[in-house]
Amino acid sequence: MNERSDFEDRLRQARTRQGLDKRPAGRGSLPPGPWGIGLRAGVEVVSALVVGIGFGFVLDRWLGTWPWLFLVFFVLGSASGVLNVYRLFNPRKTPRAN
Amino acid sequence: MAAEGKTIDALSQFELSPVLGVFGDAVSFSQSNLMMLVAVLITFLLMKLTADRGELVPGRLQALGEASYSFIAGMVRDQVGDEGKKYFPFVFSIFMFVLLGNLLGMVPYSFTFTSHIMVTLTLAIVVFLVVTCVALAIHGMHFFTYFFPEGAPKWLAPIIIPVEIISYFSRVVSLSVRLFANMVAGHVMLKVFATFVVLLGGLGAIGPFVAAMPLAVNVVLVGFEFLVAFLQAYVFAILTSIYLHDAVHLH
Repeated sequence: MNERSDFEDRLRQARTRQGLDKRPAGRGSLPPGPWGIGLRAGVEVVSALVVGIGFGFVLDRWLGTWPWLFLVFFVLGSASGVLNVYRLFNPRKTPRAN
Repeated sequence: MAAEGKTIDALSQFELSPVLGVFGDAVSFSQSNLMMLVAVLITFLLMKLTADRGELVPGRLQALGEASYSFIAGMVRDQVGDEGKKYFPFVFSIFMFVLLGNLLGMVPYSFTFTSHIMVTLTLAIVVFLVVTCVALAIHGMHFFTYFFPEGAPKWLAPIIIPVEIISYFSRVVSLSVRLFANMVAGHVMLKVFATFVVLLGGLGAIGPFVAAMPLAVNVVLVGFEFLVAFLQAYVFAILTSIYLHDAVHLH
Protein backbone atom coordinates (compact mmCIF):
# COMPACT_ATOMS: atom_id res chain seq x y z
CA MET A 1 0.00 0.00 0.00
CA ASN A 2 2.74 2.33 0.99
CA GLU A 3 4.71 1.54 -2.11
CA ARG A 4 1.68 2.27 -4.26
CA SER A 5 0.99 5.72 -2.78
CA ASP A 6 4.66 6.50 -3.17
CA PHE A 7 4.37 5.65 -6.84
CA GLU A 8 1.26 7.85 -7.20
CA ASP A 9 3.13 10.65 -5.52
CA ARG A 10 6.07 10.45 -7.88
CA LEU A 11 3.78 10.09 -10.88
CA ARG A 12 1.93 13.26 -9.89
CA GLN A 13 5.18 15.13 -9.45
CA ALA A 14 6.44 13.98 -12.83
CA ARG A 15 3.17 14.92 -14.52
CA THR A 16 3.24 18.37 -12.95
CA ARG A 17 6.83 18.83 -14.03
CA GLN A 18 5.99 18.02 -17.63
CA GLY A 19 2.99 20.33 -17.62
CA LEU A 20 0.36 17.57 -17.96
CA ASP A 21 -1.31 18.52 -14.68
CA LYS A 22 -2.09 22.00 -13.49
CA ARG A 23 0.52 22.98 -11.01
CA PRO A 24 -0.67 24.29 -7.68
CA ALA A 25 -1.14 28.02 -7.66
CA GLY A 26 1.39 30.06 -5.86
CA ARG A 27 3.89 32.65 -6.76
CA GLY A 28 7.40 32.74 -5.52
CA SER A 29 8.83 35.94 -4.24
CA LEU A 30 12.20 37.41 -3.60
CA PRO A 31 14.37 35.94 -0.91
CA PRO A 32 13.25 37.33 2.43
CA GLY A 33 15.45 39.13 4.89
CA PRO A 34 15.11 42.55 6.44
CA TRP A 35 17.89 44.14 4.37
CA GLY A 36 16.62 42.78 1.11
CA ILE A 37 13.07 43.94 1.72
CA GLY A 38 14.18 47.31 3.04
CA LEU A 39 16.43 48.06 0.09
CA ARG A 40 13.87 46.83 -2.39
CA ALA A 41 11.12 48.99 -0.88
CA GLY A 42 13.41 52.01 -1.00
CA VAL A 43 14.28 51.45 -4.65
CA GLU A 44 10.60 50.99 -5.52
CA VAL A 45 9.53 54.27 -3.86
CA VAL A 46 12.36 56.29 -5.38
CA SER A 47 11.91 54.88 -8.87
CA ALA A 48 8.17 55.58 -8.89
CA LEU A 49 8.89 59.12 -7.72
CA VAL A 50 11.52 59.56 -10.43
CA VAL A 51 9.15 58.37 -13.14
CA GLY A 52 6.36 60.61 -11.83
CA ILE A 53 8.59 63.67 -11.71
CA GLY A 54 9.97 62.86 -15.16
CA PHE A 55 6.47 62.56 -16.63
CA GLY A 56 5.42 65.86 -15.06
CA PHE A 57 8.55 67.61 -16.27
CA VAL A 58 8.20 66.42 -19.85
CA LEU A 59 4.48 67.19 -20.01
CA ASP A 60 5.11 70.66 -18.61
CA ARG A 61 7.84 71.34 -21.14
CA TRP A 62 5.51 70.18 -23.89
CA LEU A 63 2.32 71.96 -22.80
CA GLY A 64 3.94 74.99 -21.20
CA THR A 65 2.06 74.62 -17.94
CA TRP A 66 4.99 74.75 -15.55
CA PRO A 67 4.75 74.02 -12.64
CA TRP A 68 1.24 72.61 -12.36
CA LEU A 69 1.56 69.21 -14.03
CA PHE A 70 4.89 68.75 -12.27
CA LEU A 71 3.15 69.17 -8.91
CA VAL A 72 0.29 66.85 -9.89
CA PHE A 73 2.64 64.14 -11.10
CA PHE A 74 4.84 64.52 -8.04
CA VAL A 75 1.83 63.56 -5.91
CA LEU A 76 0.85 60.77 -8.31
CA GLY A 77 4.43 59.49 -8.30
CA SER A 78 4.52 59.29 -4.52
CA ALA A 79 1.15 57.52 -4.57
CA SER A 80 2.45 54.90 -6.98
CA GLY A 81 5.56 54.54 -4.86
CA VAL A 82 3.31 53.56 -1.98
CA LEU A 83 1.40 51.29 -4.35
CA ASN A 84 4.65 49.61 -5.40
CA VAL A 85 5.56 48.89 -1.79
CA TYR A 86 2.05 47.60 -1.15
CA ARG A 87 2.42 45.27 -4.16
CA LEU A 88 5.73 44.10 -2.77
CA PHE A 89 3.98 42.63 0.24
CA ASN A 90 0.60 41.80 -1.33
CA PRO A 91 1.15 40.67 -4.91
CA ARG A 92 -1.81 40.85 -7.26
CA LYS A 93 -4.07 37.91 -6.66
CA THR A 94 -3.96 35.69 -9.68
CA PRO A 95 -6.69 33.15 -10.28
CA ARG A 96 -4.30 30.62 -11.81
CA ALA A 97 -6.73 27.77 -12.44
CA ASN A 98 -9.22 29.25 -14.84
CA MET B 1 46.53 54.06 -9.32
CA ALA B 2 44.87 54.05 -5.93
CA ALA B 3 46.88 56.20 -3.58
CA GLU B 4 48.28 58.88 -5.81
CA GLY B 5 48.89 61.96 -3.73
CA LYS B 6 47.35 60.29 -0.67
CA THR B 7 43.82 60.56 -1.92
CA ILE B 8 41.20 57.91 -2.38
CA ASP B 9 40.28 57.60 -6.02
CA ALA B 10 37.44 55.09 -6.03
CA LEU B 11 35.63 56.09 -9.21
CA SER B 12 38.32 55.95 -11.88
CA GLN B 13 37.79 52.20 -12.11
CA PHE B 14 34.53 52.88 -13.93
CA GLU B 15 36.07 55.03 -16.65
CA LEU B 16 35.88 53.77 -20.19
CA SER B 17 38.92 53.66 -22.41
CA PRO B 18 39.33 52.29 -25.92
CA VAL B 19 40.94 48.91 -26.31
CA LEU B 20 42.38 46.97 -29.24
CA GLY B 21 44.58 49.83 -30.44
CA VAL B 22 43.73 51.65 -33.66
CA PHE B 23 40.59 49.66 -34.29
CA GLY B 24 39.24 50.42 -30.81
CA ASP B 25 39.98 54.12 -31.23
CA ALA B 26 38.19 54.25 -34.56
CA VAL B 27 34.89 52.82 -33.37
CA SER B 28 35.13 53.67 -29.64
CA PHE B 29 35.36 50.01 -28.71
CA SER B 30 35.85 50.22 -24.95
CA GLN B 31 36.78 47.59 -22.40
CA SER B 32 33.09 47.50 -21.46
CA ASN B 33 32.18 46.27 -24.95
CA LEU B 34 35.04 43.81 -24.83
CA MET B 35 33.74 42.34 -21.56
CA MET B 36 30.25 42.07 -23.03
CA LEU B 37 31.64 40.08 -25.92
CA VAL B 38 33.57 37.89 -23.50
CA ALA B 39 30.40 37.30 -21.48
CA VAL B 40 28.44 36.29 -24.58
CA LEU B 41 31.29 34.07 -25.73
CA ILE B 42 31.56 32.32 -22.35
CA THR B 43 27.81 31.71 -22.26
CA PHE B 44 27.88 30.35 -25.80
CA LEU B 45 30.84 28.04 -25.16
CA LEU B 46 29.39 26.78 -21.88
CA MET B 47 26.08 25.90 -23.52
CA LYS B 48 27.77 24.43 -26.60
CA LEU B 49 30.10 22.20 -24.60
CA THR B 50 27.23 21.15 -22.35
CA ALA B 51 24.98 20.24 -25.25
CA ASP B 52 27.67 18.63 -27.40
CA ARG B 53 28.89 16.07 -24.92
CA GLY B 54 25.62 15.21 -23.21
CA GLU B 55 27.10 12.44 -21.11
CA LEU B 56 24.88 10.45 -18.79
CA VAL B 57 27.13 11.21 -15.86
CA PRO B 58 27.96 14.89 -16.33
CA GLY B 59 31.45 16.16 -15.88
CA ARG B 60 32.17 19.43 -14.13
CA LEU B 61 31.53 21.67 -17.11
CA GLN B 62 28.40 19.84 -18.15
CA ALA B 63 27.12 19.92 -14.57
CA LEU B 64 27.64 23.68 -14.51
CA GLY B 65 25.77 24.17 -17.77
CA GLU B 66 22.93 21.88 -16.77
CA ALA B 67 22.66 23.47 -13.32
CA SER B 68 22.33 26.97 -14.78
CA TYR B 69 19.83 25.70 -17.36
CA SER B 70 17.61 23.92 -14.86
CA PHE B 71 17.89 26.77 -12.37
CA ILE B 72 16.36 29.26 -14.80
CA ALA B 73 13.98 26.69 -16.31
CA GLY B 74 12.62 25.97 -12.84
CA MET B 75 12.35 29.66 -12.04
CA VAL B 76 10.41 30.42 -15.23
CA ARG B 77 8.15 27.42 -14.69
CA ASP B 78 7.44 28.39 -11.09
CA GLN B 79 6.88 32.08 -11.77
CA VAL B 80 5.19 32.20 -15.15
CA GLY B 81 3.60 28.76 -15.20
CA ASP B 82 3.58 26.21 -17.98
CA GLU B 83 2.71 28.85 -20.58
CA GLY B 84 6.01 30.49 -19.72
CA LYS B 85 8.24 27.83 -21.26
CA LYS B 86 8.53 29.73 -24.51
CA TYR B 87 10.00 32.73 -22.68
CA PHE B 88 12.78 30.64 -21.17
CA PRO B 89 15.42 31.59 -23.79
CA PHE B 90 14.83 35.27 -23.14
CA VAL B 91 15.08 35.01 -19.35
CA PHE B 92 18.07 32.71 -19.63
CA SER B 93 19.97 35.09 -21.92
CA ILE B 94 19.28 38.02 -19.63
CA PHE B 95 20.34 36.03 -16.59
CA MET B 96 23.59 34.74 -18.06
CA PHE B 97 24.53 38.15 -19.45
CA VAL B 98 23.99 39.91 -16.13
CA LEU B 99 25.60 37.11 -14.12
CA LEU B 100 28.71 37.00 -16.27
CA GLY B 101 28.88 40.78 -16.30
CA ASN B 102 28.89 40.77 -12.51
CA LEU B 103 31.33 37.89 -12.21
CA LEU B 104 33.76 39.14 -14.86
CA GLY B 105 33.95 42.32 -12.83
CA MET B 106 35.42 40.31 -9.98
CA VAL B 107 38.44 39.30 -12.08
CA PRO B 108 41.36 41.63 -11.32
CA TYR B 109 42.10 44.20 -14.06
CA SER B 110 38.74 43.41 -15.60
CA PHE B 111 35.77 45.71 -16.00
CA THR B 112 32.24 45.46 -14.64
CA PHE B 113 29.93 46.49 -17.45
CA THR B 114 26.87 46.16 -15.20
CA SER B 115 28.24 49.09 -13.16
CA HIS B 116 27.13 51.54 -15.86
CA ILE B 117 23.58 52.83 -15.61
CA MET B 118 23.34 53.00 -19.39
CA VAL B 119 23.97 49.27 -19.71
CA THR B 120 21.52 48.25 -17.00
CA LEU B 121 18.95 50.76 -18.25
CA THR B 122 19.17 49.30 -21.73
CA LEU B 123 18.68 45.81 -20.34
CA ALA B 124 15.69 47.02 -18.31
CA ILE B 125 14.16 48.75 -21.33
CA VAL B 126 14.55 45.57 -23.36
CA VAL B 127 12.79 43.60 -20.62
CA PHE B 128 10.07 46.24 -20.40
CA LEU B 129 9.45 46.29 -24.16
CA VAL B 130 9.40 42.50 -24.44
CA VAL B 131 6.98 42.18 -21.51
CA THR B 132 4.68 44.87 -22.89
CA CYS B 133 4.73 43.35 -26.39
CA VAL B 134 3.97 39.89 -24.97
CA ALA B 135 1.04 41.30 -23.02
CA LEU B 136 -0.28 43.18 -26.07
CA ALA B 137 0.14 40.13 -28.30
CA ILE B 138 -1.72 37.85 -25.92
CA HIS B 139 -4.46 40.14 -24.70
CA GLY B 140 -4.72 42.82 -27.36
CA MET B 141 -6.66 45.86 -26.25
CA HIS B 142 -7.77 43.97 -23.15
CA PHE B 143 -4.24 44.63 -21.86
CA PHE B 144 -5.19 48.18 -20.93
CA THR B 145 -7.60 46.95 -18.26
CA TYR B 146 -4.40 46.15 -16.39
CA PHE B 147 -4.27 49.79 -15.39
CA PHE B 148 -7.70 49.75 -13.80
CA PRO B 149 -8.33 46.94 -11.32
CA GLU B 150 -11.74 45.36 -11.49
CA GLY B 151 -14.21 46.36 -8.83
CA ALA B 152 -12.69 49.75 -8.10
CA PRO B 153 -15.21 52.60 -8.03
CA LYS B 154 -15.49 54.35 -11.39
CA TRP B 155 -15.05 57.86 -10.04
CA LEU B 156 -11.58 56.91 -8.79
CA ALA B 157 -10.39 56.20 -12.35
CA PRO B 158 -8.71 59.61 -12.89
CA ILE B 159 -6.50 58.90 -9.89
CA ILE B 160 -5.97 55.16 -10.20
CA ILE B 161 -5.06 55.05 -13.88
CA PRO B 162 -2.16 57.57 -13.78
CA VAL B 163 -0.87 55.97 -10.58
CA GLU B 164 -0.93 52.52 -12.17
CA ILE B 165 0.75 53.80 -15.31
CA ILE B 166 3.54 55.44 -13.31
CA SER B 167 3.90 52.27 -11.29
CA TYR B 168 4.18 50.29 -14.53
CA PHE B 169 6.88 52.55 -15.91
CA SER B 170 8.77 52.63 -12.63
CA ARG B 171 9.70 48.99 -13.27
CA VAL B 172 12.32 50.16 -15.74
CA VAL B 173 13.91 52.50 -13.25
CA SER B 174 13.82 50.15 -10.28
CA LEU B 175 15.13 47.22 -12.31
CA SER B 176 18.09 49.15 -13.69
CA VAL B 177 18.95 51.21 -10.62
CA ARG B 178 18.97 48.17 -8.33
CA LEU B 179 21.59 46.32 -10.38
CA PHE B 180 23.65 49.40 -11.14
CA ALA B 181 23.70 50.67 -7.55
CA ASN B 182 24.64 47.30 -6.11
CA MET B 183 27.55 46.83 -8.46
CA VAL B 184 28.88 50.37 -8.08
CA ALA B 185 28.59 50.34 -4.29
CA GLY B 186 30.40 47.03 -4.00
CA HIS B 187 33.27 48.00 -6.23
CA VAL B 188 33.68 51.41 -4.63
CA MET B 189 33.89 49.78 -1.20
CA LEU B 190 36.49 47.31 -2.44
CA LYS B 191 38.56 50.13 -3.87
CA VAL B 192 38.27 52.30 -0.75
CA PHE B 193 39.44 49.55 1.58
CA ALA B 194 42.19 48.53 -0.82
CA THR B 195 43.40 52.14 -0.74
CA PHE B 196 43.36 52.04 3.06
CA VAL B 197 45.70 49.05 2.94
CA VAL B 198 48.18 50.99 0.84
CA LEU B 199 47.92 54.21 2.85
CA LEU B 200 48.19 52.53 6.26
CA GLY B 201 50.92 50.21 5.05
CA GLY B 202 53.20 53.18 4.57
CA LEU B 203 53.05 54.25 8.21
CA GLY B 204 56.49 52.97 9.09
CA ALA B 205 57.01 50.24 11.67
CA ILE B 206 53.41 49.76 12.75
CA GLY B 207 52.14 50.09 9.17
CA PRO B 208 51.85 46.42 8.22
CA PHE B 209 49.97 45.59 11.43
CA VAL B 210 47.42 48.37 11.05
CA ALA B 211 47.04 47.66 7.34
CA ALA B 212 46.02 44.10 8.16
CA MET B 213 42.63 45.34 9.33
CA PRO B 214 41.36 46.85 6.05
CA LEU B 215 42.94 43.89 4.29
CA ALA B 216 40.78 41.56 6.38
CA VAL B 217 37.74 43.69 5.57
CA ASN B 218 38.59 43.43 1.88
CA VAL B 219 38.84 39.66 2.04
CA VAL B 220 35.34 39.55 3.53
CA LEU B 221 34.10 42.07 0.97
CA VAL B 222 35.33 40.02 -1.95
CA GLY B 223 33.30 37.06 -0.73
CA PHE B 224 30.33 39.34 -0.20
CA GLU B 225 30.70 40.72 -3.71
CA PHE B 226 30.49 37.24 -5.18
CA LEU B 227 27.24 36.77 -3.26
CA VAL B 228 25.92 40.10 -4.58
CA ALA B 229 26.96 39.19 -8.13
CA PHE B 230 24.86 36.03 -8.01
CA LEU B 231 22.02 37.60 -6.06
CA GLN B 232 21.57 40.58 -8.37
CA ALA B 233 21.57 38.39 -11.47
CA TYR B 234 18.99 36.20 -9.74
CA VAL B 235 16.87 39.20 -8.77
CA PHE B 236 17.02 40.59 -12.31
CA ALA B 237 15.93 37.25 -13.75
CA ILE B 238 13.17 36.61 -11.21
CA LEU B 239 11.72 40.10 -11.64
CA THR B 240 11.74 39.55 -15.40
CA SER B 241 9.76 36.36 -14.92
CA ILE B 242 7.38 38.02 -12.45
CA TYR B 243 6.69 40.74 -15.03
CA LEU B 244 6.21 38.04 -17.66
CA HIS B 245 3.74 36.36 -15.34
CA ASP B 246 1.78 39.58 -15.07
CA ALA B 247 1.90 39.94 -18.85
CA VAL B 248 0.71 36.42 -19.54
CA HIS B 249 -1.98 36.24 -16.88
CA LEU B 250 -2.84 39.93 -16.64
CA HIS B 251 -4.97 39.80 -13.48
